[in-house]
Amino acid sequence: MSATTIEAAEVDRFTAMADEWWDPKGKFKPLHKFNPVRLAYIRNAVIGHFSLDETAREPFKGLRLLDIGCGGGLLCEPMKRLGADVVGADAGEKNIQIAKNHAERVGLDIDYRATTSESLAEQGEQFDVVLNMEVIEHVNDIQLYLESCAALVKPGGIMFVATINRTFKAYALAIVGAEHVLRWLPKGTHTYDKFVTPEEITSILKRCDMPIKERVGVSYSPLEDKWKRSKDMSVNYMLLAEKPKS
Amino acid sequence: MAKTAKFDVMIVGAGPVGLTMALALKRFSPEMRVAINDVRPLVVPKDERSSALALGVTSVFEALGVWDQMTSEAEPIKGMKITDSDDADIFRPLFLKFEGDVKPGKPFAHMVPNRVTLKALIDAVEESGVEIFAPNPATDFEFEASHVDVTLEDGTQIETSLVIAADGARSALRERMKIGTVGHDYKQSGIVTTFAHELDHHQIAYEHFLPAGPFATLPLPNKRSSLVWTECSQDVQQYLDMDLDAVAREIEKRMGSSFGKVTVEAPLQAFPLKLQIAKSFFANRVALIGDAAHVVHPIAGQGMNLGIKDVAALAEVLILAMRHGEDIGHEAVLERYEKWRRVDIGLMAVATDGLNKLFSNNLPPLRVLRDFGLGVVDRLPILKNAFIGHAAAAQSNGPRLLSGRPI
Repeated sequence: MSATTIEAAEVDRFTAMADEWWDPKGKFKPLHKFNPVRLAYIRNAVIGHFSLDETAREPFKGLRLLDIGCGGGLLCEPMKRLGADVVGADAGEKNIQIAKNHAERVGLDIDYRATTSESLAEQGEQFDVVLNMEVIEHVNDIQLYLESCAALVKPGGIMFVATINRTFKAYALAIVGAEHVLRWLPKGTHTYDKFVTPEEITSILKRCDMPIKERVGVSYSPLEDKWKRSKDMSVNYMLLAEKPKS
Repeated sequence: MAKTAKFDVMIVGAGPVGLTMALALKRFSPEMRVAINDVRPLVVPKDERSSALALGVTSVFEALGVWDQMTSEAEPIKGMKITDSDDADIFRPLFLKFEGDVKPGKPFAHMVPNRVTLKALIDAVEESGVEIFAPNPATDFEFEASHVDVTLEDGTQIETSLVIAADGARSALRERMKIGTVGHDYKQSGIVTTFAHELDHHQIAYEHFLPAGPFATLPLPNKRSSLVWTECSQDVQQYLDMDLDAVAREIEKRMGSSFGKVTVEAPLQAFPLKLQIAKSFFANRVALIGDAAHVVHPIAGQGMNLGIKDVAALAEVLILAMRHGEDIGHEAVLERYEKWRRVDIGLMAVATDGLNKLFSNNLPPLRVLRDFGLGVVDRLPILKNAFIGHAAAAQSNGPRLLSGRPI
């Protein structure tokens, strides 16, 4: 494996939690709660971008999709059910084992690989859709990482980036609130310094010839106990980048 | 040889709630593979009863394209008058009253005969592409990681991602999943029948809070009304044993002068009343709807309405989950349905239970409190909402179907 941008301590931390991936009431409860809003966003954006049939049971049929930092496969499985040809990549070997094991038990054919975006890029792999969800805030060298991700997108393809903004509000909610007060996430899950602003991502991707097509915020509604799309990008947000057709 | 059929959803119980569930899923997600199963054949039973359908519920039927088939025999309820009185009282204080439509042309409820509702639903389900397994009791459920294997009595094997239990208050599926219930027996029974009357009801529903329990009439077409008469369970038999003329005199006595002479059209039927709420509305790959999930006091006539509201919420949760590629039988999905319904059902249970406790007695202090409370209660939105079905439940964050919007 080539020089990697994934920090060893980060990989260990997530691998330790991996057994609980699929328990909606377990440690990954926040991700299960977060899933509907990002799935809805991905679905609509992919259908819109590729002009797919939204009434089809498997509208993503024929698309090759990569989920980077796939963890236990919370996104890969829905993407497969929507018809995509899915590769799930994660640097944590144990995560990949758990994801493989689960997909097999539920009868879904997903290509899980314990690898990094850098080595996939070196192998010349390319995809119509690249999902880069809640990963970037755990990466050491964002520039290097995003460059490798951009290389994985086919011309005419798209990449989703979801992460947490570097603002005081994000610090208060995502670290103090989610880790220390509500205990949604184990302490140390996130480090403030690693949070990334939309502008930073935008400028790196621009240099990779991947302009941003859309930016949306994601906010938690405590009354409904539900995550919703919003205009407020100061904490959680998603970006949609597009690679021009050469 | 047994054949295996694959489905996304299998609904157990083809009553009005189960049928509406099947229809809602198929109508707004034609790709979804939906089965409905019942121990009895799918035919309209001989049922002379009518149910009050709240505006939210008729909106669901409208969105599903079955309301037009119900309107010819539906009687709008334009108002409701509620009194608190003793049998012997001549003066009956009007305790709560509301009239007028929720929106222009949209009365807060309609009285629809059960056979009309069921016929419209059965006809629609038969043409919808929902697969029907009835009469064909399910004899075995095996729960696997990604699905449930169901065996039917005739040997048919079904593999489904989710089973929806719409199998009534004594739900066998709820027991099979070991989901307990909370609640209590009201030691009251509801007596129901239909009667004709001399004077017009003016499309008004009446509810008299008598010491034994509420006595309610709901308007039907042609100077007829549906009766829901609550009595202490121990006293019910004496009414069931009476000839219909004597029953008519009992009704006249309780109704005061509102209806003039009364003629009872159908023999009395009685059923015990209870409050029963399932401790959870889902288990692994099973969701409970309708009476399987909750039985409330019929004081506000909301039993069927709550069931159809379950359908509106569950259908939306499942269809969105399916569109997002989620596993629709997974707890993470079913939990959303429960969360959406818990508050509404809890409020309704508390409101109807509280109403019943407050009114079903003859204790002077409580009567004073009740009479004194006239105006106050009239302004309590929770009570009013209990009667009109949560203002027809068309809140902006409520299920889309309840305000007639497609999913």
